[in-house]
Amino acid sequence: MRTWTLRAWRVGLLSGLALAAAPAHAFIAYVSNEKSNTVSVIDTESWTVTKTIKVGQRPRGIDFTRDGKFVMVAVGDDDTIQMIDAKTQSVVDSLPSGPDPELFAQDAAGKILYVANENDNTVTVIDLEKRARLGDIQVGVEPEGMTISPDGKTLINTSETTNMAHFIDTSSRQIVANVLVDARPRFAEFKHDASELWVSSEIGGTVSIIDPGKHEVTGKINFEIPGLRKEAIQPVGIGMTRDDKTAFIALGPANRIAVVDVATRKVTKYLLVGQRVWHMAFTPDEKFLLTTNGVSNDVSVIDVAAQKVIKTIQVGELPWGITIAP
Amino acid sequence: MIRWLVGLIGLGLAATSALAADPVMIGVGYLGIAGTRSTLSLVEQPAENDGVAGARLAIDDNNTTGKFLGQRFALEERRIKEGEDAVQAATDLATRNGFIIADLPADALLKVADALRERGTLLFNAGAIDERLREADCRANVIHTAPTRAMLADALGQYLVWKQWKRWLLVVGSHDEDRLFADALRRTATRFGAKIVQERSFEDKGGARRTDSGVTLIQRQMPVFTQQAPAYDVLVAADESEVFGAYLPYRTWDPRPVAGSAGLVPRSWDAAQDQWGAIQMQNRFVKLNARRMTALDMQAWTAVRMIGEATSRTNSGDIKKVTDFIKGPEFSVAAFKGTKLTLRDWNLQLRQPILLVDGRMVVSVSPQEGFLHQVSELDTLGYDRPESKCKLK
Repeated sequence: MRTWTLRAWRVGLLSGLALAAAPAHAFIAYVSNEKSNTVSVIDTESWTVTKTIKVGQRPRGIDFTRDGKFVMVAVGDDDTIQMIDAKTQSVVDSLPSGPDPELFAQDAAGKILYVANENDNTVTVIDLEKRARLGDIQVGVEPEGMTISPDGKTLINTSETTNMAHFIDTSSRQIVANVLVDARPRFAEFKHDASELWVSSEIGGTVSIIDPGKHEVTGKINFEIPGLRKEAIQPVGIGMTRDDKTAFIALGPANRIAVVDVATRKVTKYLLVGQRVWHMAFTPDEKFLLTTNGVSNDVSVIDVAAQKVIKTIQVGELPWGITIAP
Repeated sequence: MIRWLVGLIGLGLAATSALAADPVMIGVGYLGIAGTRSTLSLVEQPAENDGVAGARLAIDDNNTTGKFLGQRFALEERRIKEGEDAVQAATDLATRNGFIIADLPADALLKVADALRERGTLLFNAGAIDERLREADCRANVIHTAPTRAMLADALGQYLVWKQWKRWLLVVGSHDEDRLFADALRRTATRFGAKIVQERSFEDKGGARRTDSGVTLIQRQMPVFTQQAPAYDVLVAADESEVFGAYLPYRTWDPRPVAGSAGLVPRSWDAAQDQWGAIQMQNRFVKLNARRMTALDMQAWTAVRMIGEATSRTNSGDIKKVTDFIKGPEFSVAAFKGTKLTLRDWNLQLRQPILLVDGRMVVSVSPQEGFLHQVSELDTLGYDRPESKCKLK
């Protein structure tokens, strides 16, 4: 452990990076490249791609299993979710998802996986241990965004053409409420204290803030960037710090991440990243935030405390999703 | 265990649909002309259900959403034969449907619009691209999801100018709509700084579009027809009537690309469009209709989705409420074109990006980069507010 830290420190010094923010730990990030049909593995100590894993067709949604042993990646055009062994960094298995899986969410125990299947208006429920399909839940047209409330009781699914956030009771698996949001809702994220649900609307250009108890939209975040046409602002990925103080919102072809003060719901800063920024993931120590930039084929590294972009890493073609080892 | 869980899920569904016991019914009529027009390319021959197939898919999409809101959509199709009265058919449809999607020629559409004005029926023009329906002959009860000739011409022109193909050889057919498209192309050339180096007209002398030895003859005619032209970059064909346009690519005297009614064609939609989530809808369409989706299908889909969008936002099936919302400043609809689509409030034309397609691929999407506008870049396509002659009434 000591030698490892020492090495990290030295590498940091050499690159000049450590002066700004010395990486206390190195993490491993996995990035799905939608067009290359690969997953890029990034080492956050050296900020380099250490491996490129061949996966199925059109990889998008990507996440670690709770035990950290596998990376699950939805390969939409192959109608399955592939499992990458984090040790060998190769595909070892696949899950029986429904057709065209895009994004998914797992329960806190890591036992049940909920998959949004864009092609047939369903959410598929999968037993992760048995790797078996348990059933489907009918939702709106083109289900996409998926998240689970911090207490594990509510599954949220957003449907892109129906323009709703569906609240699904995870025990009964029935829809208990539907909340209309702006056009093409793509991503949903709870505050860690469960008091608010944030839903991004790509075509509507807003983020809706929903009271999860009342099932009502209580506010909307709008974005304005001088010199940029409004149509280019298309919010997708959302990341919230663990203290629920700061949210980061990817604005797609606006090529920026909006930094939002969660309490006042005001945008405090826009960070210029790569082109068509989709999704993001924090390093577990929350020092860095990594964003996938679809059109420029790279990943931007944001220093969370300084709110600055410190690095860009080239990955495969059309990077889409990202997950970081716990 | 698994069976038990599946059972639970089934139960959940039943409970959800029970919530919407008495759904609000929203009737949508579809009024079109019976029969299809003949095209030069067999591949492009429209299906009998061209247009209405898109409306059907949107009805399904609306119903998926509607089940969460207690709304149910139904489509009633009516095709009129030659000599049949469009007004009578429309009036009959309007007794059961508050909204009518129309794929009618301009004159028939205007008659229908005027006949239904008092009734409050909202019409969607999904088929006619005539400028005059949005200009001097605009109507307050007609929303246009079809683009106009000027929008199509501008979309093409922006790309040709961006490509630095600024010298155009314009070939115009001998029918009225060919001349109207040529008018639009001339306007585009003036607006964006292209030069029409020469115009030629292609006379329609009748004759069949399907023949057994067609290729041999065409191969002799087209090079001769296009020879001795002044230096040009691209041949632009105005042939909405499908008489000669598709014969031009690869057969021009000079080796030049063809655009307009053949070659690189501006369209509101194409079966090859797969960006911005469109693949999901293309898949749904093929599954439902066993064929690929055309521009007319998309224009009808968009019209029915606009109704669905407004009924879900207003949580109402009331025609007046829905109509007011669609015409209001808050309205927008997503239609897989990378940006929200809104209405030009001065003439009720839907703003939309236009695809440039070659029959196999989407080559580009206009507006092109660098064509700027103070309100919306989509308004660089077609007639803009200051030049509009429309007075909605």
